[in-house]
Amino acid sequence: MSKTDMKGTTVKGRAELALNDDFLRKAVKFTTERLRDGKRKASDDLGNWEEWRERGRQIRLHTIAHLDYYLNQFANQARLNGVHVHFADTAEDAVKITLAIAERKQALSVVKSKSMVTEELHLNQALESIGVDVVESDLGEYIIQLAGETPSHIIIPAIHKNRYQIADLLSKEAGETLPPDTAILAGFVRKKLREKFLEADIGMTGCNFAIAETGSMVLFENEGNARMVSTVPSTQITLMGMERIIPSWSDLEVMATLLPRSATGQKLTVYMSGITGPRRQEDGDGPDEMHIIILDNGRSLQLGDPEFQELLNCIRCGACLNACPVYRHIGGHAYGGTYSGPIGAVLTPALNKNIDQWDDIASASTLCGACYEACPVKIPLHDMLIYLRRRKVERGLGDKMESIGMRGFAAIMSNSKRYENALKVGKLAQRLVVKDGEITSKLGPLKGWNNYRVAPSLAKQSFRDQWGTMEEEIRHGLQEIDPLVSNRMEEIVRNREAGGKGHD
Amino acid sequence: MKVSMFITCISDAVYPRIGEAMARLLAKYGVALHFPTIQTCCGQPAFNSGYWEEARASAKTILEAFEDSDFVIAPSGSCIGMIHHYPKLFEDDPILLAKAEGLRKKSYEFTQFLVNVLGVTDVGATFPHKVTYHPSCHGSRILGVKEEPMMLMRNVKGMELIPLPFAEDCCGFGGTFAVKMSDISGAMVNEKADHVLESEAEVLVGLDMACLMNIAGNLRYRNKPIRVMHLAELLFEGVEHA
Repeated sequence: MSKTDMKGTTVKGRAELALNDDFLRKAVKFTTERLRDGKRKASDDLGNWEEWRERGRQIRLHTIAHLDYYLNQFANQARLNGVHVHFADTAEDAVKITLAIAERKQALSVVKSKSMVTEELHLNQALESIGVDVVESDLGEYIIQLAGETPSHIIIPAIHKNRYQIADLLSKEAGETLPPDTAILAGFVRKKLREKFLEADIGMTGCNFAIAETGSMVLFENEGNARMVSTVPSTQITLMGMERIIPSWSDLEVMATLLPRSATGQKLTVYMSGITGPRRQEDGDGPDEMHIIILDNGRSLQLGDPEFQELLNCIRCGACLNACPVYRHIGGHAYGGTYSGPIGAVLTPALNKNIDQWDDIASASTLCGACYEACPVKIPLHDMLIYLRRRKVERGLGDKMESIGMRGFAAIMSNSKRYENALKVGKLAQRLVVKDGEITSKLGPLKGWNNYRVAPSLAKQSFRDQWGTMEEEIRHGLQEIDPLVSNRMEEIVRNREAGGKGHD
Repeated sequence: MKVSMFITCISDAVYPRIGEAMARLLAKYGVALHFPTIQTCCGQPAFNSGYWEEARASAKTILEAFEDSDFVIAPSGSCIGMIHHYPKLFEDDPILLAKAEGLRKKSYEFTQFLVNVLGVTDVGATFPHKVTYHPSCHGSRILGVKEEPMMLMRNVKGMELIPLPFAEDCCGFGGTFAVKMSDISGAMVNEKADHVLESEAEVLVGLDMACLMNIAGNLRYRNKPIRVMHLAELLFEGVEHA
């Protein structure tokens, strides 16, 4: 099965492929650890990281709350700058707009810098279908394109490949054997791409931030390819999600502090380009014609939804992927959508309003909260995963066996007498499988657990069984409470009753 | 002053020794725990899986059990973390919502209560072993319990506290996740147990029995003789043997 065509497969099936791929797991682990350490160091060096996060969050909350206003402002300003601004409700609309431009320009080739939105649209295939040659110019994207795969990480598309695999791919393209030496491999791609930049009719970019006050777009990159894409070809098309907006350049200061540090642990990427319209007469380079396509594709569904609106705050740094202990073991393709990791597990279902079509990706999380902790704009992804699960259950789409199990759980746990009886029954039943206080059987429901562990048995006497005697013993030898402590406890209770927030 | 024990279903049914250690240790500071027997489970398994109606059925026993308590203490950051979700769980019911808010404010994870309310950072324990500590995700990230256990452990005499590599990474338990996504969970617990072994500690200590059951189960499956303990248990044993 090709990794790029996994429709109809299950999360478990896709994860299994990854779990059995030692190359992938080693490569993903190596790079996510490096990025995670880099982020930790960069945020420590900067200092006051929590305050920066909160500022970033506030800017994003404000912008998304007033998205209609800022989108309008952005579009008006960009048009004044001479940009053709298009709004696309759906992926199909965005593809149609792009193809129309390509056809009008009679384009033979498009050179692209990194853009996750174009991945969401499957734009490369669409362009190729009308005979346009498409070349990815970001090194990682180029590798993925050669391999016929999709990105497995938001910012490191080829994270799942090691340099030996990459050398094999590039050797095929070069027609000679290239050594697995990073400098030599990058040198080959650099030379190859130079030709592509010069012959391309259209340059296509994504957009990290769109600045409403001036109608400008900002790109962060390390390879200089986005700068080539946005200066050499005579036509530029930029694709952006409708939530990429920030109000002003002063807000960019905060975002430029958060994004590179969170993504790669850099203080700033090697290049940060601000582009305000096509080439003017006095400019040395730049496109003669510039288009910005603003994509909705399910994003506006989140507006006004108190549980999911914050999803639009995401700045696509990938820090949640690098922090995620599940992503580390299964990589990005197991998520089955364009966006992977914790953000992908939430975004992919949320963008699709048809709950019947959601797969089980939201279940592939332990809810450990590492994503939330890593997020530079504090999106509570771990809570959103629970809301997605709940929406499925409420729609009657929960797993059948699980639904029955949960009804049983509720029946037992809603009443302590029933719970105590269940413990008694459990203790009798477990006699069949317990040996030396442990259960090692892999039968039935125990299989998943006991394939990797042994299970403990229920205690001979539960705590509640023991409490009567224990309490008497304890009361007998009870020490005097320190008056200072009891005063403090009384004060805590008084504060709480006076409407205090409590201890958190 | 009514200080109540929320035993949590896993410690009640599987690890009663944790509740005993907590009760006997707190008695040394003049705190006589009260144990309302109508409590069952916080409802987390249902809540996290999206079955909120079922979670509410279970959570109501907790709201009722601790209604007239002044302080509620549990040997689990995860179950106390669940109580922090109660206001959201009961947001459509004004009466239960008020009770949920009240319970949230008075609920404490065991080390939070010991350090921040009783003001104890040295229980006078001696525990001459090499120990490593796994900070469970919900306790450390959701409740922010990070310093409290460290303070208590640093003051245990004779104990060598060895840092656990990649300590903050989840152990892979995740409730129903361990069964539903058992192979991913298995890969995660294998890695966590590898790190425990790498630390060369004799004892693994933590604050949440669910995570510890997961890691201990894996170590046992691999026949690795590492002792796995809740911190309440370690401190109590250390005091008794001091």
